[in-house]
Amino acid sequence: MTRLGWYRFAVVGGAVALLEVLSLTGAIDKITMQAPHLIVRDLWRMLVSGRMNGAIMKTMGNTVLALVLALGVGIIAGALLHRLRALRDTLDPLFATYYAVPVFAFYPFFIVIFGLGDTPQILIAFMLGVVAVIVNTLNGLDRVPNVLLKTARILQMSPVDTALRMTLPSAGPYLLTGVKLAVAYSFIGVIGSEFIMSRGGIGYEISFAYANFDNATMYPLILLILLASIAINGVLSRWEQRLLSRRGMR
Amino acid sequence: MTAPKRGWLQSGWAHTLVLVVALLALWQALYWWAGDVALAPPLATFAYTAKLFTTESFDAHVIDTLRAFAIAYALSVVIGLVVGFWLGFDRLSGDVLEPMIVSLYAVPKLTLYPILLLAFGLGLSAKVAFGVIHGVIPIILFTLSAVQNTKPILVKTGRVLNLSRSQMVRWILFPAAIPEIFTGLRVGFALTLIGSLLAEMFASQRGLGYLLMNGIGLHNVELIMSVTLIIVVFAFAVSSFLLYVDKRLHRRV
Repeated sequence: MTRLGWYRFAVVGGAVALLEVLSLTGAIDKITMQAPHLIVRDLWRMLVSGRMNGAIMKTMGNTVLALVLALGVGIIAGALLHRLRALRDTLDPLFATYYAVPVFAFYPFFIVIFGLGDTPQILIAFMLGVVAVIVNTLNGLDRVPNVLLKTARILQMSPVDTALRMTLPSAGPYLLTGVKLAVAYSFIGVIGSEFIMSRGGIGYEISFAYANFDNATMYPLILLILLASIAINGVLSRWEQRLLSRRGMR
Repeated sequence: MTAPKRGWLQSGWAHTLVLVVALLALWQALYWWAGDVALAPPLATFAYTAKLFTTESFDAHVIDTLRAFAIAYALSVVIGLVVGFWLGFDRLSGDVLEPMIVSLYAVPKLTLYPILLLAFGLGLSAKVAFGVIHGVIPIILFTLSAVQNTKPILVKTGRVLNLSRSQMVRWILFPAAIPEIFTGLRVGFALTLIGSLLAEMFASQRGLGYLLMNGIGLHNVELIMSVTLIIVVFAFAVSSFLLYVDKRLHRRV
């Protein structure tokens, strides 16, 4: 591990140790929070017993569905908008302020339209992710050097070949930024809407456990979500950095 | 640098206008398609919204949301700037902590809300805390990168002039970093608003977020649509303004 890695490890370790000490001495009472080692133990037991598997699968399934939709629609829309200058200019104010509008505010409205099933959750997660994909696709396509496209024309490459061999490699890092954001947003969208109002999933289980003062379920689940989102984001960020540094952009 | 002169039809205002008209038309079309049970048409929603603002209890909810949001944003700005400047200044702390803060960005923070509720209790302080954990992260990150990316020549000039650390911040780093810090403040504004509204939706007896959830319970479509409309228009208007200022600041440098 690098020196910085050790420092980070020390910061996180120190924080956990502090929580542990505060819990054991009773400065944080048991009703508010359990000691970290108990949370880890409960998480382990929960995963081994498999009683949360249904909720985990439901959340994962919806997240993946929303992600696939956001990527598919986002990349196609991005590619189309790149060609349609006028439409792009018109939609630009929408993209620029899109993330200032709380998408979750539409959730009650979607529940009224589609009922309290998976559809409103997937729709919210999709809406959160898709604009990030569109914006980053446009950004990537804007930065494809013109000389590459001219070269492709001189070599008389087919449109498919041009896309695969010229456009994709050079827009790749930006597309990946969009993918990374879309992963995070679909996860946030699904968990968030489950948490606000739903009939199942990890977010629902957390809010259910909270309502029943069931800390032995709530904290392990929160820890699970923290670890999962940080791990996925870490892997994608690494990959993004590698692609960027290969082009000397970082 | 001046922008090239463009006709009114190509200006940003015209695009925004076209966009708004298109969205309204889409809304009306959706209403014709989905019907009264699911949707209220635009005109009826505007009328209902106007009527809402004349009732006293509704105004109390709006003021409640605004109060929580204002406190949360003020705290986010202060904490974000202080931490951002510290991490930007102190290379080692910045390098150690920045990736950790970035990864917090991807966490569904809504799940942390029960912890905040247990720590702060049901009420204003939990709402504020929730707004702050959303809003403070972008402000820290943008401030940090603004300070780190200050042109070395400016810093060197400060050193030659023997400026103290606080003078350095006041006269060199802060002015140079303002455009990027402002971008952070703009993003932080949006996220703080989202945070405080979410907090109200989940556990609160007051505010616009509560009204939204209440609307589901009562199946009051007009109420849900009016409150959603108010939130969207407010967020869109303020952030368009901030974006305009942001672009001007960036053009100056």
